[in-house]
Amino acid sequence: MRATLTHLGAMVTAGVWRLGYAARFFGYLLVHSGTAFRRFGLTVREIYFAGVLSLIIILVSGLFVGMVLGLQGYDTLQRYGSSEALGVLVALSLVRELGPVVAGLLFASRAGSAITAEIGLMKATEQLSAMEMMAVDPVARVVAPRFWGGVISMPLLAALFSAMGIFGGYLVGVVLIGVDEGAFWSQMQDAVDVREDILNGVIKSVVFGFAVSLIAVFEGFDATPTAEGVSRATTRTVVTSSLAILALDFVLTALMFTGGN
Amino acid sequence: MTRSTIDLWVGVFVAIGLGALLFLALKVGNLASFSTAETYRVEARFSNIGGLKVRAPVKSAGVVVGRVAEIGFDNEAYEAVAVLTLDARFKFPRDTSAKILTSGLLGEQYIGLEAGADERMLADGERLRLTQSAVVLENLIGQFFTSKAAEGGDAKGAK
Repeated sequence: MRATLTHLGAMVTAGVWRLGYAARFFGYLLVHSGTAFRRFGLTVREIYFAGVLSLIIILVSGLFVGMVLGLQGYDTLQRYGSSEALGVLVALSLVRELGPVVAGLLFASRAGSAITAEIGLMKATEQLSAMEMMAVDPVARVVAPRFWGGVISMPLLAALFSAMGIFGGYLVGVVLIGVDEGAFWSQMQDAVDVREDILNGVIKSVVFGFAVSLIAVFEGFDATPTAEGVSRATTRTVVTSSLAILALDFVLTALMFTGGN
Repeated sequence: MTRSTIDLWVGVFVAIGLGALLFLALKVGNLASFSTAETYRVEARFSNIGGLKVRAPVKSAGVVVGRVAEIGFDNEAYEAVAVLTLDARFKFPRDTSAKILTSGLLGEQYIGLEAGADERMLADGERLRLTQSAVVLENLIGQFFTSKAAEGGDAKGAK
């Protein structure tokens, strides 16, 4: 009994300590982000690895999600004789929810895990300690560019995902099934508000970008410097960021879309 | 991978990312409709347009012949003014009538054109004189109830 309680206490203390450590790490990271912007080439390189190399998976997934939305949406809407509302359904679900959330999940598993593995391996092979020896702050030189590269890439990827998804919905709805093209776009334009829907979607993707990038660099930096430790840290990045995205999405949606709508 | 190649790819990535945002804002958000076919514009006034939207189809005999370009309100006659752009390939007589119809029970609203018999054709900027407003469900139900009430009153009076 006593052992169980001690174990529980230790688990909670460790969890809270880790959370506090992550918060302090975030603060330290923000303060030492100067290098990432002064030597912007470093960040550009990370945008290439996190953003450009994620393009294929984001674009293809976006297209397919949009096409599935088109098929499923049409199937349901045509029962009520309002298949012209397909554009609204596809656009709103992508711009408000699916774009930021699915792009965020893909980004976490494609780019977040890579960042964690890279930083974790640098730690395991003592490259980070070597930098410290040379009076180079590894947070400023290694962590911050990766963090900001992820933060910059994420909203762009989410926007591309949404745009590609709407194009997929258009392909299936208008080109394949034959929903009226004018009604498809006009009802969409009528229902989608630039500030209310699109801007809120962009805000969501920015928040997810911060969350995923922070979790990825923190898990990498905090990894146990062994092969097993790096593999665990990579797994934790994907699991924690996915949960963080879904939880944050609920909170943001509750804040954005209640009252008035 | 040289530095300039990476810069180039990041440039392309940021450009298409911003392009996607612009696409969302302009094409999905609203406005900016690019139409290439040649068209002419006619105006139609309605006392009630119901749920008619800009860019709704204009149909004649069920075929789409144009779109609603603008919807405005005439503050003097208290009427809705709908500007229609019709495909230049389709000509209609001047006494063509316009009705606001609904596709299906809950579907979107569109304008139906019924050709008249005039020998002169509609030209750009002209006005459709014969129009019929949208059917408003509440008014219809209201009329139904008043007529039922009147019937009921008559029946009681006769007893």
